[in-house]
Amino acid sequence: MSAAAPQTWDEFMEGVWKQNPTFVMILGMCPTLAVTVSAVNAISMGLATLLVLIASCGLVSMMRKVTPKEVRIAVYIVIIATFVTAVDYAIQAISLALYDALGAFIQLIVVNCIILGRAEAHAAKNPPMPAMINAAGMGVGFTIGLLALGVVREILGAGTLFGITLFGAGFQPWVIMVLPPGGFFVLGGWLLLFSWMARRKQRALTVGSDHA
Amino acid sequence: MRDQPSSDKKVIPIAVAAPDAAVPESPTAAMIRTLGLVSAICGLIIVGAYQGTYDAVAANKRIATERAVFKVIPTAKSIAEFIAQPGGGITKVGAGDTAIPPGAVKFFAAYDDAGKLAGIAAEGGAKGYADTVRIMFGYAPECQCVVGIGVVSMRETPGIGDKIITDKDFLANFTALDLKLKADLSALANEVKAVKHGSKTGAWQIDAIAGATITSRAVGKAINDSAQALMPRLVPNLDKLRSKS
Amino acid sequence: MNQPLIEIRSAPHVQAAKTVETIMRHVVYSLLPICAFYVFQYGISALASIVVVTAACLLTERFFVRTGTQAGRLSDYSAVITGLLLALTLPPGFSLWMGAVAGIVAIALGKALFGGIGFNVFNPALVGRAFVQAAFPTAIATYTPSFLAGRFTEFIPSSLAWPLMIPADTAAWLKAKNLDALAGATPLAKWKFDGVIANADELLTSLSGHMAVGPAPALILICGLYLAARRFMDWRIPLAILGSAALTAWLLFAFDPVRYPNPFFMLFSGGLILGAVYMATDMATSPVTPKGMWVYGALIGLLTVVIRYYSGLPEGVMYAILIANAASPLIEKITQPVPFGRGALDRARKRATYPLNPGYISREEASAVTPKKRFLPKKPKK
Repeated sequence: MSAAAPQTWDEFMEGVWKQNPTFVMILGMCPTLAVTVSAVNAISMGLATLLVLIASCGLVSMMRKVTPKEVRIAVYIVIIATFVTAVDYAIQAISLALYDALGAFIQLIVVNCIILGRAEAHAAKNPPMPAMINAAGMGVGFTIGLLALGVVREILGAGTLFGITLFGAGFQPWVIMVLPPGGFFVLGGWLLLFSWMARRKQRALTVGSDHA
Repeated sequence: MRDQPSSDKKVIPIAVAAPDAAVPESPTAAMIRTLGLVSAICGLIIVGAYQGTYDAVAANKRIATERAVFKVIPTAKSIAEFIAQPGGGITKVGAGDTAIPPGAVKFFAAYDDAGKLAGIAAEGGAKGYADTVRIMFGYAPECQCVVGIGVVSMRETPGIGDKIITDKDFLANFTALDLKLKADLSALANEVKAVKHGSKTGAWQIDAIAGATITSRAVGKAINDSAQALMPRLVPNLDKLRSKS
Repeated sequence: MNQPLIEIRSAPHVQAAKTVETIMRHVVYSLLPICAFYVFQYGISALASIVVVTAACLLTERFFVRTGTQAGRLSDYSAVITGLLLALTLPPGFSLWMGAVAGIVAIALGKALFGGIGFNVFNPALVGRAFVQAAFPTAIATYTPSFLAGRFTEFIPSSLAWPLMIPADTAAWLKAKNLDALAGATPLAKWKFDGVIANADELLTSLSGHMAVGPAPALILICGLYLAARRFMDWRIPLAILGSAALTAWLLFAFDPVRYPNPFFMLFSGGLILGAVYMATDMATSPVTPKGMWVYGALIGLLTVVIRYYSGLPEGVMYAILIANAASPLIEKITQPVPFGRGALDRARKRATYPLNPGYISREEASAVTPKKRFLPKKPKK
C-alpha cells in the first residue's frame, strides 16, 4: 500500500478491515451471536456499540494525562458504563420494540472487550482525534461483522431482508438460523470465507516474491 | 510491514515491564481527584441523557401499553391504569407513579368511544419452554370471560412454541374462556388450565396446540395465576370502573 | 516423517483381508433390502428421497475430496452409506430440496469438517438429520401413512416442493384420499400425544394397516445379523443398546404400567433398531475397546428411553447416539484394557496404543489416503 495515504484513513481502515473485530480478532462474540437474528437488530447493535466506542474513547483520550495508571481501568469502566447508559436511554426513546429485541445486550456493551481494549490499547496513548477515528473504524468494522451475520440469518431464517419479503409467501423458514446454533454456523461460514481469501492472498504474495 | 499498528503492539511491553520499571507511585490525592472528576462528568452525562429522553421514553411506553390493550379488547379507545390492592379495593394510578406495593396487581380498564367500560386487561406470566411467557389478556365483565390474548414477550422456539400467536384453533380458545368466580368471590370457580389437544371439555379449559403443549400450558397458567389474584378483588369493585372518570 | 519401524500392538496379530472398502460395500449390500422395503412401503416418493439424498452426499463428498480438504475416496462407499441411512431416517414425504440440504450438511459439517473418513467425531447421517430437525421442525414431523394405493405412480405432494418453499400440506391430500390426518402420525407420536400404543406384530413387521413407520425392524435385525456374522460390525453395540433400552423401559413399566408403555413397544417403535444396528455401530465414532462398547451402547439405550419419556420430542435415538458419540473418546480412555502380564494395581501410566478389536480395521491397513496438508509456511517470506 502506498505510504502516501493519509494517516487518518489508515487509522480508520485498520478497524474496518485489517483488524476487524468480528472476523479477524474474534472479539465481542456474545452480542455477535445473540442479537444478529435480523439485519435491523444487527445494525442497531453495531451502531450502539459504535457510538459508545467513539464517545468513550474520546473521553478516555482527553483524560489520559490526568489518569494515574493505578485507577485507569476503573476510570475506563465508569466512562464506558456512562455512555452505555446514555445509549440505552436513547434506544428506549427511539423504539421500544427494538429495545426489547436487543434485550440485555445493550447493557452488556459495558463488558464488550472491544471497547475496553480500544480504551487501553489506543485511546489512552493518543490524542482525542486519532483515538476517535480509530474507535470509529473499529465500530464500523464491528457493525459490518454483525450485519454480515444478520443478513444471512434473516434471509434464511425468515425469508426477509430488513423486513422486506424476498421469496413470496410460500417461503420455508430455516428455524435453526434464528436459534443460537444458526449464529455459530453462519459465523463459521464467514470465518471460513475470510480465511480462505486471506490464504489465497498470502499464497499469491509468497509465490510472487519467490519469482522476484 | 507498515508502522501504524505499532500503537497496539506497545501495550504488551508496558503492561509487562510496569512492575520492575521505576515508575513512581501516583499520589493518592491525584487518584481521588481523577476519580472524582470522572464521576462528576459521567454523572452529568447520565442525568442529561435521562432528562433528554424521559418524555420520549414515557410516550413510547404508553403507546406500547395502549397497543397491547387495544389488541385484546378491540372496541377500546382509551385506557386507565389501576392497581388492585392486596387487601381488596382498587386505586387508580396517576401519571408518574411507577412503584407497585408488594402483593398488588396492576391492570388496565379500557373504555370505548362513549367512555363506557369495554373491558379489563391484565398481564400474566408463567414459565414456558425457553423463558417466561408474558401475555396480556382481555376480560369482559358481561360474560366474565377472557375475550382475547396477546403475547407481551416470549422466547419460545420459532415454528413450534410461537404458534400461540398464529394458531387459529388455539386462539379460538380465547373468545369466551370462562373466568367465573365462586359464589363467595374468593377464587375462580374453575381453574384455567391447558389440556391435551382435542380433550377440551369445559369453557375454562384451553385446548393445547399439538406439539407445543408446554407453551400452551404456560399460557393457561399465566392467565390462571393472574386471574386468581386479580378477579376476587376486581369483581366487587367493577361498578367503580363502569364509566370513565 | 519418521515412521516407526516396528508397530507393536496387543493380540490378536491377524492379518485380515478386509479393507474399509470391503466393509463399506457389504454394509451397502445389507442396506439394499431395507431400502427396497422402504420403497415398497412408500412408493415413488421414498425412491426419489433415497436417490436425491444419496446424490447430495456423493456430490458433496466429491467436492471435498477434489479440493483436497478431506481424506478418502468416493469409491469407498462411505458417502453412499451416509446417504442411504439419512434417507431412511427422514419422513418419506420430506421435501426433496430439504433432503438435499440434509445430505450436504451431513457430509460437509459431519465429515469433511473433521478431515474425512475415519476422522469424524459424530455420525454424519445423524448430523445431517439433526440440522434439518432444527431447521424444519414441522416438515420432519410430518409423516404419511404407508401402503397407500397408487403410491408407485403418485408423489406425496410435500416431496415436490420448490427449493426454499414450504411443502404442500399433506393433511389436505390425505383427506382427499379419505384418510384421517392422524393416520400420518408415527406410533411414537401417537403414544406421546394421544396415548395410543400400537400392536406388537404390527410394529415388528410394519406390514399391516397404514402405519407411518420406517422399514420393518425385523428386516433390519436380519440384515444386522448378516453384518455381525461376517464380522463387519461389532455385535456388542446393538446388543448393549437394545438391552439397556429394554431394561430401562422395563423398570419404568414395572414401576407404573399405566404411565409408561411396555418395553417391547419402546424397542420396536421409531428408529431405535435402525439406530442401534446401523448408526451407533459406525466405526469411527464408537469406542474400540470391548468394555467401552458395552458402556457406549448402554448409554445410548438409557438416553433414548429417557429422552422419549421426559422431553418434548417423541423420538430420542438421534440425540442419544450423538451424545454417546461425543462421549466415546472418554469411554475409550477409561476402559483401556490392562496389557497382558500386568496386574490391575500396576496400570499403565500413559495411554497405550489402542488394542485392535477384530472388527476394527485401522486406517493404515485400509491404505486410506491421508489428508493433503496444505498449510502455509508460518511466516511469509519477505
